Amino acid sequence: MMNTSKLPSCSFDIVEKERGALTVHIKGKMDFQSASLLIKAFSTMIKSRSPKFLTVGLEQVTYFDDYGALVLDEVKRLMGNLNHNFKIDDPHHITDKILSFINFESLNQPADKISGKTDGFVVNLGQSALVHSADTRTMISFLGSVFLSFIRILTHPKSLRISDTLVSMEKIGVNALPIVSLISFLLGFVMAFMSSLQLQQFGANIYVASLVAIGMVSELGPIMTAIVVAGRSGSAFAAEIGSMKISEEIDALTSMGFEPVLFLTAPRMIASIIVVPILTFFSDIFAILGGLVIGVFMLNLTMTSYISQTLETLTFFEITWGAMKSFVFAVIISLVGCLRGFQTRGGADAVGNAATSAVVSSIFLIILFDSFFAILRSYW
Amino acid sequence: MGKEPIIQVENLVAQYGEDVILDHVSFEVFTGEIFVVLGGSGCGKSTLLRHMIGLETPSSGNVTIDKVNITTCDDHARYDVLRKIGVLFQSSALIGSMTLAENIALPILEYTSLSKSAIEKIVSLKLTMVDLNGYENYFPSELSGGMKKRAGLARALALNPKILFLDEPTAGLDPITSAEIDELVLHINKSIDATMVIVTHELDSIFMIAQRVIMLDKQTKGVIAQGNPEDLKENSLNPLVRQFFNRWSKPLA
Repeated sequence: MMNTSKLPSCSFDIVEKERGALTVHIKGKMDFQSASLLIKAFSTMIKSRSPKFLTVGLEQVTYFDDYGALVLDEVKRLMGNLNHNFKIDDPHHITDKILSFINFESLNQPADKISGKTDGFVVNLGQSALVHSADTRTMISFLGSVFLSFIRILTHPKSLRISDTLVSMEKIGVNALPIVSLISFLLGFVMAFMSSLQLQQFGANIYVASLVAIGMVSELGPIMTAIVVAGRSGSAFAAEIGSMKISEEIDALTSMGFEPVLFLTAPRMIASIIVVPILTFFSDIFAILGGLVIGVFMLNLTMTSYISQTLETLTFFEITWGAMKSFVFAVIISLVGCLRGFQTRGGADAVGNAATSAVVSSIFLIILFDSFFAILRSYW
Repeated sequence: MGKEPIIQVENLVAQYGEDVILDHVSFEVFTGEIFVVLGGSGCGKSTLLRHMIGLETPSSGNVTIDKVNITTCDDHARYDVLRKIGVLFQSSALIGSMTLAENIALPILEYTSLSKSAIEKIVSLKLTMVDLNGYENYFPSELSGGMKKRAGLARALALNPKILFLDEPTAGLDPITSAEIDELVLHINKSIDATMVIVTHELDSIFMIAQRVIMLDKQTKGVIAQGNPEDLKENSLNPLVRQFFNRWSKPLA
């Protein structure tokens, strides 16, 4: 009895010499392409026929590597589980070279280190507590070194890298101006439009100007600008410092006697503190322009009346209040971005995580501090 | 093993923008040999390698791997060629978010439909081959430089490629580890009959493993010597080649 099965680079014939004793002749290549098909074919064959004795003939095999050895090992296992006998017929000694350096038995011992996924709940809880306490320690020491850096800059102004600061100012401020202006213009436009729908009913069109001015200058201008800057620059700080950390550039700076926080954080922080309030100022102006468009073209206000109403509403206090908020937001964005960068440990994915976490934490802190400001103001 | 060329590079011109790095370079690599590309720093060794594995497209010229011209073939044919080659990059290029076992299983999962337990066996087999058995669940960042190279080699070996490209396999390693890697290369060449193309400038490695070398030069932007390293060291007519093999510094003008 004889039947033939075809596989892409390999085929085999099954010969039954006597009852229960099968010989399988394999032809062609036994490599990674044929291995899985051979294993499947053997396992169905052994299950359906349950031979008492199996011989695998390799006389026509043209290529044999460790995937071939894997096939033989699997067949042996299948036969062993059924308590049958198994023999390899290899007249050309094609397997000798491979089998001389492969020992499948020795591979079955477990790996040294068990992967962390199987740890229990308590272990995971403890580990994450340890990670968080280590993070808190890093955060406190980071804040300390930022403080020391600023003292150093005040006493030795030359220790601040002016050129880096200017480059950062360009990246954080000038390059962000178009997008901040566009977003603010649209925001002012929408605010004026939505509020006019209500205020028109009371004939209070002119108060649209007040609403846009107050809303943007004291609340939305600083927040929107901070969110855009956190997304653009906060993430960039984290990614840049993070990849410097994993490629040992930070260690190189330390070994050359630089204080990494002073070298990397101070320029970014000072640049943010200078440009974010300026950006906020632009954001306010463009939002008021957006409101003006609605006021003039939809509500039939004159440009003069809109502008004079705006200037009347805006007090010096409002403007300073907004500027102070954006100053605080700038500090948050640069601190969080740089801190996340310095906390990076591991490989490429760690840099991605640092950037994500920088954006998420800074936006959260921005909203949180904004609430503090609101509470502070109501008790002023 | 016959003298049958498995890789043919014909009149390869490589340039980045206006900068010509390699100018009309031609050579052949024969089946089963350990072929070393050498030359001083910045002479285009890595560029040549990147062109040979199809990462860069040459400005002109052809690269033929196993009878397929990879500069002109379609994506399907290129995919077939990629299955036949394994590459060890200079920085090992192990994927940092995966364990060693997952790194090595990556090509096996892509190209075969073996069961999980069978893949585990092949993975530990490959790791045993490079003497890293037991390190399945380690992440690349937890390994030393030499271990990373060996793990990268294990990943390159995952599908038993016909051709292995190794970019500076011993650069930056201590002499003992370098010698171990060299022995490993020789062992793999013997055990799986792979053709090996190695880029290096480590003299000790070259004399230990190279069967045939070509030497590239920055000035001529091409091959200035070809042959057996011992022979070139003693008998090359080009002073630059003798200087390289004998480790002389530049003669004072």
